[in-house]
Amino acid sequence: MLAPGSANAVAIVLREPLSLWGGMDPASGQVIDARHPQRGENLAGRIVVMPGARGSSSSSSVLAEAVRAGYAPAGILLAEPDLILAVGAAVAEELYGVRVPIVVVAPDELALVADGQAVAIHEDGEITLG
Amino acid sequence: MRLVVRAAEALRAERLIPITSAHVDSCLYHGEATVDFVERLVNTGAQVSVPTTLNVGALDLLHPELWRGDARTAERGKLLMGHYRALGCTPTYTCAPYQLSFARPGLGEQVAWAESNAIVFCNSVLGARTERYGDFTDIACAITGLVPDAGLHRTDARRATVVLRLSADIPPPLLDDDALYPVLGIVLGRRAGGRIAAIDGLPAGLSEDRLKAIGAAAASSGAVAMFHAVGSTPEAATLDAALQGRAPDATLEIGLAELRAARDELTTAAAGAPGTPIGTVSLGTPHASLAELRAVERELAGARPAPGVELMVSTGRHLLAEAEEEGLARRLRAQGVELLVDTCSYIAPVLRPSPLPAMTDSGKWAFYAPGNIGVEVIFGSLRECVRSAVRGSVWRDPDLWGTP
Repeated sequence: MLAPGSANAVAIVLREPLSLWGGMDPASGQVIDARHPQRGENLAGRIVVMPGARGSSSSSSVLAEAVRAGYAPAGILLAEPDLILAVGAAVAEELYGVRVPIVVVAPDELALVADGQAVAIHEDGEITLG
Repeated sequence: MRLVVRAAEALRAERLIPITSAHVDSCLYHGEATVDFVERLVNTGAQVSVPTTLNVGALDLLHPELWRGDARTAERGKLLMGHYRALGCTPTYTCAPYQLSFARPGLGEQVAWAESNAIVFCNSVLGARTERYGDFTDIACAITGLVPDAGLHRTDARRATVVLRLSADIPPPLLDDDALYPVLGIVLGRRAGGRIAAIDGLPAGLSEDRLKAIGAAAASSGAVAMFHAVGSTPEAATLDAALQGRAPDATLEIGLAELRAARDELTTAAAGAPGTPIGTVSLGTPHASLAELRAVERELAGARPAPGVELMVSTGRHLLAEAEEEGLARRLRAQGVELLVDTCSYIAPVLRPSPLPAMTDSGKWAFYAPGNIGVEVIFGSLRECVRSAVRGSVWRDPDLWGTP
């Protein structure tokens, strides 16, 4: 587990990698990357499934700011560890006492999560699908 | 220290190692969370323990009149930049610290750099060693003087695992033009993702500006933290050196068709065709070097941008001072060029609002500006951009990309 916590929410599976900086508006949770196929969709309160990471090192700040503003994802599932997101979540917890759990899941298991499916992330890092 | 340990855990490092310098990106305002964080550090009396440069901030502190946004954001952005100075950081406010003679670590030096293009340049071109550090971690490493002993700090992780081989169908004039390099970077980011690639088939001894363009674009389209350009970058004197004597996991061919497609994707405007009217030309992402500022002057050839077209070039304040000294900055301004420092034209609201598309020579600017500042963008070479600014509409170099 890259960041601790638990969450129960509806999954949004990103079809392309997304950099939160330049990719998500922290004041609304909306995807703003003009080239992203899911532009206009909202990540706030969802379990965001990211098969791959990319882009800017400012994404830590964007995640922390989204937490402060109340528009952060409920949790994040990744295929590979991502230091930048882990640190964003750690700082948000330290400053605002809000946890965004981030879990690294094997790619074949991550592929089982469908868009719109209910997902639970448990304190111990276990994932259950609804 | 807790953040550094958290980073070490995320990277599965067994120990921490000392660094000689840091480059911090956290000084760019992304909302009140960024201020809340640094105020916590300032209030504890923390100071950086190694020489630390700063990345761009939210606004140009030397030319505040360029700001077109709301006063409150400018004030918070400026406050944040000041707080990082108070922690002992050097106010360079540039995304290209590698252009500053006092901020260039040597081959094999361990450092903690943030800002995706600077990270790639540091690892690939300088041969100094940094992981992909981001906001908050960067300043935590600068204060503690420590980084996790993991990832690209270690020799074995710097090995190329994939080879990108350029096809013979790429026209020689294109290999010798700046326009190729950001486009190649976009392809590198897509093909390599987070892997380290060795690019084979480029001319040897590529300029730092071309290597900068590859890295900045690759770190936009992928999570690239390092690449090797065989014959140009210090850990790739030969392909075998880049591979550290082992076989690659994959060898991928990059042909002209794929490069053309990547170039076309950098243009969002419905019509990027010759003759399309433009309102803006933005150059200098990452921050322009002196060579690039001189190239702008050369391509202007004494002309000015057409009426109604804004030509803006972003650079660092230290480079601007050098350009002022040699008279270059004054000559550029006299020809209608606006020079922006401390920030970038896709971060700060500085461009004159225009219903017409913007043109850029930067893969990174083309990638992020549509989402950040809501412009349609047309990608072109520096020459195409400057000549288009003078005409007021898109000019294309007919020989550059071969006949489709």
